[in-house]
Amino acid sequence: MKILVCGKRVPMTGGRIVLTEDEQAIETRHLGFTISPHEECGVEEAVRLVEQHGGESVVLTLGPPEAEEQLRDQMALGVDRAIHLVTGGEEWDPQATAAAIVDAIRADEAASGPFDLVVFGNESADSGGYQVGIRVAHALGRPAVTGLKGVAVEDGRVRCEQEVAGGRDVYVVPLPAVVTVKEGLNLPRYPSVPGRMRAKQKPVAATTPDRPQARLRLVRLAVPAGQGKQAEVLGRGPEAAPAVVEVLRGIGVVA
Amino acid sequence: MILVLVEHEGGATTELTSQALAFGRSLAGDEPVDCVACIAPSQEIATDELGPGTLHLAEHDAYASLAPDAVAATVAGVVERTGARAVVAPGSDTGNDVLARVAARLDQPLASNCVAATAGEPARVTRTRWGGSLLEEAELDGAPLLLTVQPHAVAADVAGAPVAGVERFTPVLADADLAVRVADRVEAAGSGIALADANVVVSGGRGVGSTEGFAIIEELAGLLGAAVGCSRAVTMAGWRPHTDQVGQTGTKIAPELYIPCGISGATQHMAGCKGAKRILAIVDDAEAPILAGADYAVIGDLHEIVPAISAELRKARGS
Ligand SMILES: Cc1cc2nc3c(=O)[nH]c(=O)nc-3n(C[C@H](O)[C@H](O)[C@H](O)COP(=O)(O)OP(=O)(O)OC[C@H]3O[C@@H](n4cnc5c(N)ncnc54)[C@H](O)[C@@H]3O)c2cc1C
Ligand SMILES: Nc1ncnc2c1ncn2[C@@H]1O[C@H](COP(=O)(O)O)[C@@H](O)[C@H]1O
Repeated sequence: MKILVCGKRVPMTGGRIVLTEDEQAIETRHLGFTISPHEECGVEEAVRLVEQHGGESVVLTLGPPEAEEQLRDQMALGVDRAIHLVTGGEEWDPQATAAAIVDAIRADEAASGPFDLVVFGNESADSGGYQVGIRVAHALGRPAVTGLKGVAVEDGRVRCEQEVAGGRDVYVVPLPAVVTVKEGLNLPRYPSVPGRMRAKQKPVAATTPDRPQARLRLVRLAVPAGQGKQAEVLGRGPEAAPAVVEVLRGIGVVA
Repeated sequence: MILVLVEHEGGATTELTSQALAFGRSLAGDEPVDCVACIAPSQEIATDELGPGTLHLAEHDAYASLAPDAVAATVAGVVERTGARAVVAPGSDTGNDVLARVAARLDQPLASNCVAATAGEPARVTRTRWGGSLLEEAELDGAPLLLTVQPHAVAADVAGAPVAGVERFTPVLADADLAVRVADRVEAAGSGIALADANVVVSGGRGVGSTEGFAIIEELAGLLGAAVGCSRAVTMAGWRPHTDQVGQTGTKIAPELYIPCGISGATQHMAGCKGAKRILAIVDDAEAPILAGADYAVIGDLHEIVPAISAELRKARGS
């Protein structure tokens, strides 16, 4: 099997989001970076599927030069190679992102054969557009199943499980296909030291696509109001228990 | 005309659809608001709140097995026939999925999870990022404008009226539109209280320390008739299953009372409990960000505090 996983570099914001002065971005000077947990599960699934069925796994990101860090992180988990669509650091809207990913997939498939499975996060961690995977699937004419917590490949088909109220819906679609996945699909492994060493040597194919005119354009970011309450401290240590029960009574959750 | 995608369950429109309708009506101004709904031949839906516009009611076997591409093809067809200026859908999993498919078909931009929108050239939207921890004001092109509505961000306007008319039709669907559909349903074995619907949730974070550490969390939850939740630090450590995780990439909860224990209050965790009416945090760090999002707090070691609260609850019940 040949499998592609797409992931987006995002900052690891902690307890509070701080914006740059021009309100165009999150202030990231003191932050680390990662990809969405959904996408991390996608990477783990791709590595497992290749361990199971043989083949090759590839990761792709569209992002600034620094996003190579995330590609190496994913290759440390066992992914074979990476495709880096290098940007100037500005965010691309979902339509433009999808178009660039489609071009990259077509180029890679022309050179080294079709991807059986292309894996996306259900939604990106930062912009949460819920659409890049679906747009790519449509452009490639492949079925897309979204929000998956279970993926299994057998006999040229992929069995997909979606969590819904009261159970799981099962979809079965032929390969090649596109899936978007959610955290909980699996428990991703931690990178090993040899894995990290090997990742340094693995190939990253970098290209610089042209950015089309955005059709969903950021004007400014804003931190939602009204979160700035400060808790009333009921006490310190176990001595606070009676005060807690008093509050629970007041709220009506204890008779 | 502005077209609203109706999602329904057991013949009734969903709560998130009512919110999308309210959003669509305020975006429309004086323009008419029509609805589109997809039902299997065995289904019916109530139409007395979907007006005063027209309901475009598509009937097909395929909808019984969800078939998101079939729904998207149907919506795109109604757009083409009516020249709708905008399509608004609920920001549910299925609403976001279907509208993304409509956007791909029509090659138009889509603004998902909006909390506000104003018509114009270009339209202006405010949408959520980071699961609701951040807002983005943006300009949106598109003919039609495509938007989904962030759940529980706008009031579900009750000012609906009976529909002016129902236009029933059977869409012509391509084979490709039927490729993705539900083939089977596996019922959950799950016992216990569903996290998403629980009235009280007690969660543990990294501060709980281990799988066994959750015994005191479960004990307190049991006494309160609460569901047990956790932070991502806990699921990553393998102490609890991901189905217990509260947050941006876990379950979104909306209980009357939320009790996070040993949780620092990262924005991605808070994104999952914004819907909680009240939050009582138990944490040993008086500077933890969770205190800025909580109503009440007890500062100290949860391994002492949580059992003390359980004991106090037992005492109060006289057992
Ligand atoms: C894209 C993305 C999505 C994410 N999604 C989620 C999500 O859905 N849900 C989620 O929870 N996280 C999510 N995270 C992770 C999140 O950023 C935090 O890393 C995580 O929430 C931290 O968990 P925690 O609060 O348990 O651990 P910590 O941040 O380590 O906090 C532990 C807290 O417990 C306190 N403590 C320690 N010992 C004790 C004790 N004995 N008694 C009392 N207090 C004690 C500490 O002082 C500290 O405040 C996501 C991250 C990213 C980047
Ligand atoms: N810049 C990017 N680089 C690589 N993959 C991306 C990028 N943006 C989005 N994706 C993928 O598309 C998914 C959905 O993104 P979105 O439509 O923004 O919610 C993400 O989870 C990623 O898998």
